[in-house]
Amino acid sequence: MQFVVSSLLNGIAYGLLLFMLSSGLTLIFSMMSILNFAHAAFYMLGAYFAYQISAAVGFWPGLLIAPLLVGILGTLVERYGLRKAHRFGPVAELLFTFGLSFLAVEAVQLIWGKAAVDYRIPPSLQGALFTFHGTSYPIYKAFMMAVSVGMLLALYAGLAFTRIGLIIQAALSRPDMVQALGHDVPRIFTLVFGAGTALAGLAGVIGGNALVTEPGMAQSMGPIVFVVVVVGGLGSLGGAFVASLLIGVLQTFMVGLDWSLIDLLRALRLEPHAASALTRLSLTQLAPIMPYLFMVVILIFRPRGLMGARET
Amino acid sequence: MKALFSRSRVIVLAGYLAVIVVAPLVSQKGYWLSLLCQIGIATIFALSFNMLLGQTGLLSFGHAVYFGLGAFATIHLLRAVHEHSWRFPITLLPLAGGAAGLLFGVAFGYVMTRRAGTTFAMISLGIGEMVAASSLMFPAFFGGEGGVSSNRVTKASWFGITYGSPLQMYYLIAFWAFLCSVGIYALTDTPLGRLANAVRDNPERAEFIGYDPRWVRYLMVALAGFFAGVAGGLTALNYEIVTAETLNAGTSGIVIMMAFVGGIEFFHGPIIGAALITVLQIAVAGVTDAWPFYFGLLFTALVLYAPGGIAGIFAGHRRLYDAGQLGRAMQEYLVAAVPFALCAVGLVTLVEMAYALANTTEPGSAPLHVFGLTLNAAQPLGWAPPSIAVAVGGALLRAVFRRIAGRRETLPAALRRRQA
Amino acid sequence: MIVPALRLGKVHKSFGRTEIIRGVDLAVQERERHAIIGPNGAGKSTLFNLISARFPVSSGVIELKGADVTSLRPFEIYRRGLSRSFQISNIFHNLSVFDNVRCAVLWSLGYRYSFWHRLSGLREAGDRAASIIEAIGLSRRRATHAALLSYAEQRALEIGITIAGGAEVILLDEPTAGMSHSETEEAVALIRRVTEGKTLVMVEHDMSVVFGLADRISVLVYGQIIATGSPAEIRQNPAVREAYLGTGFADA
Repeated sequence: MQFVVSSLLNGIAYGLLLFMLSSGLTLIFSMMSILNFAHAAFYMLGAYFAYQISAAVGFWPGLLIAPLLVGILGTLVERYGLRKAHRFGPVAELLFTFGLSFLAVEAVQLIWGKAAVDYRIPPSLQGALFTFHGTSYPIYKAFMMAVSVGMLLALYAGLAFTRIGLIIQAALSRPDMVQALGHDVPRIFTLVFGAGTALAGLAGVIGGNALVTEPGMAQSMGPIVFVVVVVGGLGSLGGAFVASLLIGVLQTFMVGLDWSLIDLLRALRLEPHAASALTRLSLTQLAPIMPYLFMVVILIFRPRGLMGARET
Repeated sequence: MKALFSRSRVIVLAGYLAVIVVAPLVSQKGYWLSLLCQIGIATIFALSFNMLLGQTGLLSFGHAVYFGLGAFATIHLLRAVHEHSWRFPITLLPLAGGAAGLLFGVAFGYVMTRRAGTTFAMISLGIGEMVAASSLMFPAFFGGEGGVSSNRVTKASWFGITYGSPLQMYYLIAFWAFLCSVGIYALTDTPLGRLANAVRDNPERAEFIGYDPRWVRYLMVALAGFFAGVAGGLTALNYEIVTAETLNAGTSGIVIMMAFVGGIEFFHGPIIGAALITVLQIAVAGVTDAWPFYFGLLFTALVLYAPGGIAGIFAGHRRLYDAGQLGRAMQEYLVAAVPFALCAVGLVTLVEMAYALANTTEPGSAPLHVFGLTLNAAQPLGWAPPSIAVAVGGALLRAVFRRIAGRRETLPAALRRRQA
Repeated sequence: MIVPALRLGKVHKSFGRTEIIRGVDLAVQERERHAIIGPNGAGKSTLFNLISARFPVSSGVIELKGADVTSLRPFEIYRRGLSRSFQISNIFHNLSVFDNVRCAVLWSLGYRYSFWHRLSGLREAGDRAASIIEAIGLSRRRATHAALLSYAEQRALEIGITIAGGAEVILLDEPTAGMSHSETEEAVALIRRVTEGKTLVMVEHDMSVVFGLADRISVLVYGQIIATGSPAEIRQNPAVREAYLGTGFADA
C-alpha cells in the first residue's frame, strides 16, 4: 500500500516536471511550428545557473533569477539565431536547435566541468513532509509539485485572462491575421520562446537538485519530453498534461516493481521451459524504455496522439 | 536523355576508383590507413543518411540504430562462423549488416513513417533512444559494457585474402564504399528516387499525382537502413568489436553533422562531410580536448550562414564565377580574413582558457598552451585580451558580411542576365 | 441513363460550426466543359477540395463515373481518373520542369514505387513528358528549376502536371488567376488544347474565360448552387445577375 502511495506521489511530481518541460515545448511549437530541440538544454542551464546562484547567494534568489536568466538567453537565441535559420526552412530551424543543444552541453562542460555539480536542496526544504506506513515523503517533492502546479496555473491564467494572453492564443492559430491587426507578431514569438525556455529553466531549478545536475541531464530528459509531446499530440497542452502524468506515474511504478514475465507465468502455475532474456526482464529493467514503447504503440494505433489535432 | 555510360559518368567513376585504389599509397604512416578506413565507413553511413534528408526530406535523429544493429548482427555472424567453423567469405559479411539494417528499417520504418516532418524527427529520436536503452537489457546480444568482439581472420580464406592486414581491410571497405556509392547514386535515378524528391518538395502534390507519400518514405527508410547496415558491418569488421556506442545518440548526431557540413543538397556532399569530419575529429581531438565544442560551433555557424554546406559553398562560388563576380568575392574574403582571424584566435583562446580553468586541479593555476603561448587561465586579467579580440573582430566581421550580403542580392539578377 | 463523369449529391461541409457548403447537387457529363462561378467566399475552392479529397465531406456523396469516391484519399481518387490543379501553384520547386512532368506521368505508365527501373532509360515516360511540355509551351525551359520560372510559366506547369497522367476528369482551380490579358488568352488556348476530349470542371473569376470555354455553368453562392445551365441561360438568369454578374454581361 505504501508503495502505491509513494510511487503515485513521486510519479505525479515527476510527471509535473515533465509537463513543465513539455508545455513550454508545446507552446513554442504551436506558435512557431519550431520544435525546440534544445529545450532540455535550457532545462540543464536552469539547473546550473541555480546551482551557481545558490552557491553565491542562496537557493531562493536562484529560484527567481535563474529562470529569468534562461528566459533572457532564450529570447536572445530566438532573436539572433532562430529567426535567421527560419529563412532556410523548418529543417534548418530544427538543425539549428540541434546544434545549439550540442553547444550548450559542451559549453556547460567548459565552464563547470564534466562531473556532476553539488547542487543541493536547501536546508529549509530538507526532510520529510509526512510519514505514511513507514515511508517518508520528502518536503522537497511536495515543494516541486507546488511550484509546478503554481507555475502552470499562472500560465493558464495568463493565457486565458490577460490581453497579451488572448493575443498569443490568437497568434497560435492565425499569426498572419494577428499581424494584420497590428500586433508585432515577431516580438510575440520572441516572448513566447523566452517564456517557454524560462519554464524549462524553472523545471531545471527545481529538478536539478532532486535529480542530479550534470552535463548528461539534458540527454536523459530531452527524448522523454519529445515522447510526451508525440504521445499527447503535437500542439495540445491538454494532451501533454495527460501524457506527462501518465508516463511519469507509469515509469515510477515500473521502477519499483521487480516483476517479470516469469513471475507472471509462475503465478498462473505455468512453469516456463526456457528462461530467455526476454522472459527474465523485469518491469524495473523495462522502465527506461517504457516511454518509447508507449510512443510506438500510440503511433501504431492513434498516430495523432491522445489529444492531438494537427496533421503534419 | 543521358545514356547509362555517358562520357562524363565514366570519367567520374574512373576517377573515383582511381582515388580509392591509390589512396593507401599516399603515406606509409600507420595512422593513414586507419584514417582511410574510417572515412570509407563514414562515407557509406553519411550517404545512406542523406538518402533520407537530402533526397526525401526526412531528418532522422536516430539513424545510428541501423548502423549499430547492422554492426551487431555482423559481429555475431562472425562469431558464429568461428564457432561452427563455417566457410563463409568475410568479403560478403557486410551484407549481413545490410540485411539487419534492412530488416530493422522495415520494422521501425513502419512506425516512423506514420508521420512526417517534425514529428518524424521526434519519433526517430525516440526510437533511437529506445534501441540504445534496450542495449542494456539484452546483454547476450549487445555484450553489456564490454561490447561484443571477434576476429575477422577465420580459418577459411579465398584467394589467400584473410583480411588480417590493415591494407586488405582497407580494400574491403573501399570495395563496399564504391559499390554502395554507385548503388545509392543509381537509386536517385529511379522512379522511387525521383518521387522521393517530389515528396520532399511537395508531399501534398505528390498525393495528387497518384502516389502515397507514406509509402515513398517507408521504402526510402528501409533502403537507407540497408546501406547504413552495410556500413555497420564494415565497422564491426574494422574494429573487431562492437559496443553500444555504435547505436547511440552520439553516433546519430555525428552522421547528421557529416551530411550537413558536406552539403545535403548534393549527392557528393556527404562524401565531403564524412571525410572532413573524420579528419577533423582525429586532427582536432589530438590538439585540444575542447574539440566537441568547436564542432558544435562549426555546425551551428554553418546552419545559420551556409546551410548548403561545403558543397553548397563551392556551388555558390561556381555561380559567382558564372556571373563574373568571383574576383570581387575573393577580394571581399581577403578583407574579411583579418577580422575573422582576430575573432577566431580570440575565441579559441577563450575556449581553451575556459576548458583549462574548468579542469584544473590546483586553484589559482590553470596553464594552457595555445598558439605557441603559455597562459594561465586562473588569472582574471588574462581574459581581457582575447575577449577584446573576439568583440572587435566580430564587429568588423559583421560589417564586412553586411556588404557581402548586399552583393548576394544582385546575384540571381546577374545570373539571369547572363543566361538570357 | 448515362452515368455522369462527376456527380455530387447533397454535399455538405462545415468547418466547426460554420457551414461552407450547404447542400450541393451537381452532375457533370463526360466531355463536358463545366465552369463554377460565384462571388468570393462562396466556397468554390472548398468544393474542389472536397471533390479531390483534400478535405473530407461532412455529409453527402461524390461519385466519379458512377463509383463512390467520397471517403477515398487523394491519390486513390487520382488513380481513378480525376486530377486537379491548384489556385496557388503547387509544383515541385526543386525539380526541373522536365522532372516535374515526368513524375506526373509515372503512375499512368504503370510505374509504382519502383527502385529497379532506371528512370533516365524509360523512353515512354520521357517522351510523354516531352510532348506535354511541348503542349504547355515550356519546351525552352525544360531543364530549368521550377522555382525559377515566371508566374505564368508556373501556372502553365501547374496545368501540365495536372493533365500529365491522362486523367479523364480535370479540375482546374482559377487557372488564369493573376494573369495579364495576353497571358490569359494563351492560357485559354492551352486549356482548350490539352483538355480536348476530357471532362473539364473549372473555377474561374474571369467571365470572358468562362463564357469562352464553358459548355455549362453553375453558379455557387453561399455554398449553394443557385443556377446551372448554358452560358446563355446563365446570362439571362435574374437571380444570377442579382447575386453575381451585374448587368454588364446581360446583353453580350
